[in-house]
Amino acid sequence: MSTQSHTARQAELKRQSSGRLMIFGFLSPTLAILLFMVAYPIFSLVYYSFFNFSALRQTTMKPIGLRNYEFLLSDPQLWERFVFTGKFVFICVTLQMLIGIFVGYQLQKNFKGRDIVFTALMMPMMLSPVVVGFLWRYMLNSEWGIVNFLLYSVGLPKVDWLGQANAALWAAAAADTWMWTPFIILLATAAFRGIPETIYEAAEVDGASPTYKFFRITLPMAAPVLFIALILRLIDSFKQYDLFVALTGGGPGTATETVSFAVAKTAFSYFYTGEASALAVILLVIIIGLSMILVRHLQKLGERY
Amino acid sequence: MAEIVLKDLSIEFGAFKAVDKVNLTVKNGEFVVYLGPSGCGKTTTLRCIAGLVQATSGDVLFDGQRVNDLTASERNIAMVFQFVSLYPHLNIRENIIFPLKARGIPRAEIARKLDWVTGIFNLGDELKRYPSALPPGARQKVALARAVIRNPAVLLLDEPLSAIDEQFREEMRWELGHLQRELGVTTIYVTHDQREAMSLADRIVLMSDGRIVQVGEPDRIFLEPENVFAGQFIGSPSMNLIDLTPVDGGLRLGGSNVTLTPASNLIPEWAVASRRKLKLGVRPLNVHLVEPGSDPTAFPLAVDDVFSVGRERFFMFSIDGVPYQGVDKRKTTGGAANAVHFVPDGLLFFDAETGLRVTGDAA
Repeated sequence: MSTQSHTARQAELKRQSSGRLMIFGFLSPTLAILLFMVAYPIFSLVYYSFFNFSALRQTTMKPIGLRNYEFLLSDPQLWERFVFTGKFVFICVTLQMLIGIFVGYQLQKNFKGRDIVFTALMMPMMLSPVVVGFLWRYMLNSEWGIVNFLLYSVGLPKVDWLGQANAALWAAAAADTWMWTPFIILLATAAFRGIPETIYEAAEVDGASPTYKFFRITLPMAAPVLFIALILRLIDSFKQYDLFVALTGGGPGTATETVSFAVAKTAFSYFYTGEASALAVILLVIIIGLSMILVRHLQKLGERY
Repeated sequence: MAEIVLKDLSIEFGAFKAVDKVNLTVKNGEFVVYLGPSGCGKTTTLRCIAGLVQATSGDVLFDGQRVNDLTASERNIAMVFQFVSLYPHLNIRENIIFPLKARGIPRAEIARKLDWVTGIFNLGDELKRYPSALPPGARQKVALARAVIRNPAVLLLDEPLSAIDEQFREEMRWELGHLQRELGVTTIYVTHDQREAMSLADRIVLMSDGRIVQVGEPDRIFLEPENVFAGQFIGSPSMNLIDLTPVDGGLRLGGSNVTLTPASNLIPEWAVASRRKLKLGVRPLNVHLVEPGSDPTAFPLAVDDVFSVGRERFFMFSIDGVPYQGVDKRKTTGGAANAVHFVPDGLLFFDAETGLRVTGDAA
């Protein structure tokens, strides 16, 4: 009996170790690519951030410790970038969540032509942000843009949308919302439709009004998915760059420069590679923080359902 | 508490008639069980009473009031569904008090009722847990607690025990019956399980193809089925059904050479006198295996097999290739036993064409 269990254990061990080898074999190409494409750049990014270094002059590379960080964090201009980015993120995410949930709720019901409406609504998401930026730039042009044409034709004054700091912020938020609300709609509709009909029937029998059902059943049951959508939009709009390049070019002045925009400008216009690296590291830390909330939430989700 | 009346109730889904002109009165406080095979319209009827399905024609009355146009939340009903319908994002406590909260009942009363209902169902330890952490049986218990917490006039149960383990089902069935009598709430219970129906019901409503086949107390449906369907659907193992063909002086049993005569005390005079084709319905528990010659009313038939299910021993016999079942009540197994005896009181006669049961009075 004991010998039998011993041989069985040995066979089990052998099976396990060959399984492990197999797993490693399958993973190694991916691991190699990840090392080369992710680990190496991150390592060099952090490394450069401790140097006074420009990619244009590779020979002069002076270690300066944390001085890049000190300089950046005490730079009032950079704080302006953060404040602007924060405003932009807040407006975008709020608008997108509200509109997305509302439209998603309408689209969960079956009606004739639902599929066509749904597909049409998804279109903006398929475009490149640069294309969206140019599209809105033309529409918002103060002289011949269609928006001002429409305003003018109903007797309202023309607005210099992209020429004023505040108007430009709202214009960018509108473009981002136009492009990304479909994403929320997509996820919200899927989440709403995933709630079983019997749950609603039970709630109906239990005497819940439509509003009560929406706030006590629909929203909480869709909340896990909606939360993931929120975090993804948060991360994405936080690092928004290409839309601004096409739409405002960061202007007027530097009024619509996001943190990402500042990184790109520092790195590739001024070629302050060390300083840009430090700024990128700061950005990275913030985004990793947000991602960790997401991952932790996903884990909790797995435990409960 | 309420009296429920269904008046010419029909429910159609497109061309499909799920429920066809059903009439029924459920008395105040009565426990009625809808029984029937899948797709017979029993659940649809229940959902219509709940207000989750619209009647195509006919009326549903609660205490004489027409409720067709009221939504489920406006009818004073509670329902337990076949599959889990607990709110997965709420803990057990929140699930149970949901109907009270949804109706804006004051907090103090909610707390009082929660105490009452957790006492009945012994759910005190589970209140903080989530539905996914409970076994299916306990979940249905919670669903039942949620249903009765606001003292509904009508309690509707849609196969509430079908997703539960056998062992726990017995216990729940007993508790359910007990609870219903205690609360005195008018209850309609849908099931395809005849044992549930037989043990719980004040009256059984047997349905088939959207129509009511028979309504009556469990015993009556068992002993006096109105037609072949009722006879065969209720009782396990199922009732044997054997053709009877009129011959001189008696009725021939299926394709065998056995002729049953009134002299043998097995069949009544009228059955022979009517001279029409009949079907003999005899439940396996009224068919016994005996030693040849030990019983004058027994007749020889080919016995194919004897097998045990638990402590009971069954046997199979066939007439003209058609298999039938009986109960072997002999003390010892083996031996040359190939004579079959029918208990005379347990024989039912059905018209071969209409399938309706015929008795001497009718003929």
